[in-house]
Amino acid sequence: MAITTSTSQLPTDAVRRRRILPPMTLKLGIGLALTGLITLFGLIGPLLVGDPSAVRDLGLTPPGNGFILGTTQTGQDVFAQLAHATRGSLTIGVVVGAITLVLSAFFGVVGAFVGGWVDEAFSLFTNVMLVIPGLPLVIVISSYVPNKSVWLVAVVLAITSWAGSARVLRGFTLSVRSRDYVLASRVSGERRWRILLVEILPNLIPLLASQVVFAVIFAILGEAGLSFLGLGASGSFTWGTMLFYAQNGLSLRLGAWWWFVPPGLAIALFGAALSLINFSIDEIINPKLRSQTRADRKRWGMTREQLKHAREETA
Amino acid sequence: MTVLELRDVVKEYKLRDGWQSRKLRAVDEVSFRLEPGRTIALVGQSGSGKSTIAKLLMQLERPTSGQILVNDEPMVYRGARAASYRKAVQMVFQDPFASLNPYHTVGHHLARPVRLHHPGLSRGQVDERVLELLHRVRLDPDFVQRKPHELSGGQRQRVAIARALAPSPGILVADEPVSMLDVSIRLGVLNLLATLQREENLGVLYITHDLATARHFSDEIMVLYRGEVVEHGPADDVILNPQHEYTRLLAEAAPDPERRLAELKR
Repeated sequence: MAITTSTSQLPTDAVRRRRILPPMTLKLGIGLALTGLITLFGLIGPLLVGDPSAVRDLGLTPPGNGFILGTTQTGQDVFAQLAHATRGSLTIGVVVGAITLVLSAFFGVVGAFVGGWVDEAFSLFTNVMLVIPGLPLVIVISSYVPNKSVWLVAVVLAITSWAGSARVLRGFTLSVRSRDYVLASRVSGERRWRILLVEILPNLIPLLASQVVFAVIFAILGEAGLSFLGLGASGSFTWGTMLFYAQNGLSLRLGAWWWFVPPGLAIALFGAALSLINFSIDEIINPKLRSQTRADRKRWGMTREQLKHAREETA
Repeated sequence: MTVLELRDVVKEYKLRDGWQSRKLRAVDEVSFRLEPGRTIALVGQSGSGKSTIAKLLMQLERPTSGQILVNDEPMVYRGARAASYRKAVQMVFQDPFASLNPYHTVGHHLARPVRLHHPGLSRGQVDERVLELLHRVRLDPDFVQRKPHELSGGQRQRVAIARALAPSPGILVADEPVSMLDVSIRLGVLNLLATLQREENLGVLYITHDLATARHFSDEIMVLYRGEVVEHGPADDVILNPQHEYTRLLAEAAPDPERRLAELKR
């Protein structure tokens, strides 16, 4: 048994915080920094730039000359468009992420926890939603509604994308709900909603977080795809609509790289940043994915051969 | 004080295999009576229905037929009387690595049952009770802040015992409480259980597959074989004078230094 020491509050608190948050690695750092910068740009950018739709008499001005990222064919400010497009795309990402979180948690976690015919029904519904092909459905819905707002596009994307994460969550909840600590809290007489919210849900947080991050990436890419096909939200700016107009304006053939590179790069960077965050979350769920051994080798100052040898010796 | 009695309790599970289904009788007409201050050991191999009996007692399963009587009244599964039953009968799970939620601190594990079963207590009183529980299982007060992954197997099992004691139960079901622990700390945990039993005048159902500890710690031994109680009697009688073939097999499987020495001399 441990020797009684004076109870110090600080170190234990630090330990607890460290366990909830993923360890700060280079991957996570880059991911968070990029996400933060792009989000900040989307939040503040539109307040500082002029009207993105204003048409001017100087088509296809290269960057510089008073326009940071040049102008489009009709003389619209690309930088102003990019700022508004960032806000639009992020809005869609956030809305889809939130709706996906709610729907997948409800149908995945609650169904698996309640069990019985509720689970069967929820599971069947999830499977049906899973096999509905997302993009064609979105195209069909889009072609029926003439004036689509950003919100409508977000809702449509969310409805077609939550089923996958619901299945993942269901599987994990099934495994958690039959663990001894859940039985123990049932034995001690906890109410069912409390078991779900306090005993089960915290263990699902890393999984939920990674599913949400994935849903955000999916939504932004999906919206960009839709808009590029001309089926996106009308009258609003997203990275996808920018690419759509750049394509329509023959920017590639005219060599106007400043028109299509910024939105393309923004999509790529934001997707990469969220993926990096997702990898870091995955490493909490599955510690085997950590690049621990490489770090260990560096710390011990061993070469690859030495480490291999050491492993054979100890095996 | 709580007296538990099982009368001809049967638990059947339906096994489905494609279109066919057959019944598995996990517990077959088991009857016994568990009184405060007495320890009954439930011995049997894996799959003999030991843990199913524990689950039946913890209301995690319901018997197919037969009756479970609490103070000579049938068991109630809902409402206030079920809550008072849960307060009176508690359980220590087999695997201390699975029975504590990795997300919560030791303090949470102990405070929840205290709060549930004594709703009138203030925050300070609950904290006091948690520290007292830790003290009872010989753990230091600074364990309150710790998470299960920082604890050894023996310490975890002590926390699990403390949690079971939190509602101040009259009856404790211990489902193989030491089978997942190192041999070196088993005795410590078992002695702790025995001491607590004496202090609290608990009725203990000690589920195990180890005849030696069963004999050491319990007043009666029940031998379970394929869901049926094949032998039931005072501990020493069952061990020294086994009647059923399966009990003899179990007794012979236990290491006996004298028998071994005799074999070596030959």
